[in-house]
Amino acid sequence: MNRVLTSMVTFAIGLLIWGNEASAFCGFYVGKADTKLFNKASEVAIARHDNKTVITMANDFKGDVKEFAMVVPVPTVLERDQIHVGDAAVLKHLADYSAPRLVEYFDPNPCQMIYPESRAMDMMAKAAEPPGRQERDKALGVMVEAQYTVGEYDILILSAKESHGLETWLSESGYQIPLGASTVLRSYLKQNMKFFVAKVNLVEQAKLGFTHLRPLQIAFESPKFMLPIRLGTVNADGAQELFIYVLTKQGRVETTNYRTIRLPEAQEIPLYVKEKFGDFYRDLFTQQVKRESQRGVFLEYAWDMNWCDPCAANPLSTEELRTLGVFWQDSPSLTQRRGLMPQAQNVFLTRLHVRYDAAHFPEDLMFQETSDRNNFQARYILRHAWTGTDDCPAATTYRQQLRERYEREAQTLANLTGWNIGEIRKAMNLASLPKGEDMKWYQRLWTN
Amino acid sequence: MRQDNDKSNEIKSTFWRDPRLYQIASLSTLLFYGLFWLHFDISTWQVAITLCVSQLTQFAGTRYFNLPLFDPKSAVISSLSLCLLLRTNDPAVAALAAFVAIAIKFLIRWNNKHVFNPTNLALVVILSSGLGWISPGQWGQVAWLGFLVACLGSLVVTRAARADVTLAFLTFYIGLLFVRTLWLGDPLTIPLHQIENGALLIFAFFMISDPKTTPDSRTGRIFFALMVALTALYVQFGLFKPNGPLWGLIVCSPFVSLLDRMFPGARYDWSKPTTGHDLVSIPLSLSLQPQRRFL
Repeated sequence: MNRVLTSMVTFAIGLLIWGNEASAFCGFYVGKADTKLFNKASEVAIARHDNKTVITMANDFKGDVKEFAMVVPVPTVLERDQIHVGDAAVLKHLADYSAPRLVEYFDPNPCQMIYPESRAMDMMAKAAEPPGRQERDKALGVMVEAQYTVGEYDILILSAKESHGLETWLSESGYQIPLGASTVLRSYLKQNMKFFVAKVNLVEQAKLGFTHLRPLQIAFESPKFMLPIRLGTVNADGAQELFIYVLTKQGRVETTNYRTIRLPEAQEIPLYVKEKFGDFYRDLFTQQVKRESQRGVFLEYAWDMNWCDPCAANPLSTEELRTLGVFWQDSPSLTQRRGLMPQAQNVFLTRLHVRYDAAHFPEDLMFQETSDRNNFQARYILRHAWTGTDDCPAATTYRQQLRERYEREAQTLANLTGWNIGEIRKAMNLASLPKGEDMKWYQRLWTN
Repeated sequence: MRQDNDKSNEIKSTFWRDPRLYQIASLSTLLFYGLFWLHFDISTWQVAITLCVSQLTQFAGTRYFNLPLFDPKSAVISSLSLCLLLRTNDPAVAALAAFVAIAIKFLIRWNNKHVFNPTNLALVVILSSGLGWISPGQWGQVAWLGFLVACLGSLVVTRAARADVTLAFLTFYIGLLFVRTLWLGDPLTIPLHQIENGALLIFAFFMISDPKTTPDSRTGRIFFALMVALTALYVQFGLFKPNGPLWGLIVCSPFVSLLDRMFPGARYDWSKPTTGHDLVSIPLSLSLQPQRRFL
């Protein structure tokens, strides 16, 4: 039996989904970058307030479910009621709502505008055991603190006296322990952490009829505001992607032991990127990771759950947020009695994206909630040129400046993604455009 | 005439030997780097407001308490430290922090010494009221290394008489981090990563080292450094809260007078840097203001 120990779950490359076009105040929303663009990616949603934490771990495990196993260090022994199986659709909604987005603007007719270059909009951007098992557990120093079957999962909460016993126990129970995990297990044990171990119960899964693994949720109370990533780096082949969605009451969340960096946003990029926004975003992210010497945690979205602008997906409903662990809102019935729409209140979403490996992320991710409620979104702009035939001095100037603008967009794209500038210019067909920049300043002065 | 010249030379010499000038230079450089390279979450407006409010408060305090000389240097250091550490979206909060930092020096005193380090108290007031936050992760490796060199350099250049408390704190704090790592069996990259924090350097070289809030004797200071390091580690690994050293210093500061009684030493004067052993000032400069000082 070859079970694979996965502390985080792998993703397959998905296709970029072009969302439903919707007009919005901050430009026209044209698309988003899906989390499935990234290899070996996992998604975790954390809802936290007053030391009470609910963690949702998304499983999009593509292999044989018999081989699925998950080991997560947890700060406390969890009761049956503290474990829940969530709905993958809600997490998908959360990912879509906060995805990096592409918007487009259309230049107006310069002959009818006083300030053709004015872009005021941009300002807004911002189970049962065999006999004798218990004796063996005791000999190894491993305590099965609790065991439950929740949905399609068999769950064990383990504590142990020492890591070797735990390692042996896991191996004997059919888990393949990667080399080097023992050191990490020992460190967690000494810090009084327990282990949450989940496997798929095939009988239950067949009964329930689900073909995919639903996200596992745990709720606990602990002052520790962190995400254990160290086990995930032990057997990892290369860097892993992690998307963290944090739902809080007060404001933006950031890492305290790694630099949290805002991704470049509100940049104007060439129009042809519309067809390959997924590639663009993936390469942009890789470039930023390189620039930060692979040590940064990147902020992709920080927004009050009440609204969005432009919306890549509608904000989550009160009910959806409750399933993700947001417990501090008024109950829906109370809101309805007041005659209000059931809308999210006091929920601030922070979306962080990190590419991590053991060399650059030696420690688990530690977080803090700040009082910062400023909105932020990774938003990229396509600006369509005005193609009218009107003739006026403003139109002439506009046409002459277009090439410069395209060149600027090409430079921005090359800088953001590391793509070859020559190829970008070729894709934009820049050579065929009139060479506006070759004109002397005085030639431009008196053009008519 | 010649006497006047001598006197002005002495004043000049004292001015340039003040270790605070070197501190201001290194903090300003770090702030520029942070603002324009690391993109710290702070606006130039917040920097301006913090600097202005702290100087105004210093000036008002000097006038109100009838002090003979307005000395802006300590207030500049406090405000630069605030700019490097405190994050807020509200300019009023930045102004409040600067005001609290400076006003507290004049208002809370015990036995002619400040009880709390001005920047430390202002930060704790803002953090506990939830009006602002500190981003302990905002520092990159380059900034940290550069700043470490500058800080160590400052010890050499200024011959800082009270480097003992800084070195003692860093030895205890870093030493205990390594001991914890060895006990957990973790790789040494973890404590190395944990100390790669600019806030820790600002704390060790600019806050805990403040001669006006540390014990007078060397024994007292080393004991004090150990107390702060232990409290800081408890906050970090027992209470799981960031910014351990800041909370450690604020908790331990009220015990300074007790330590002074247990281990007496000479009181510090910026113009006569002493280690606390020499009751006669070392011939580095002349004391210009032998009176009670609030700086």
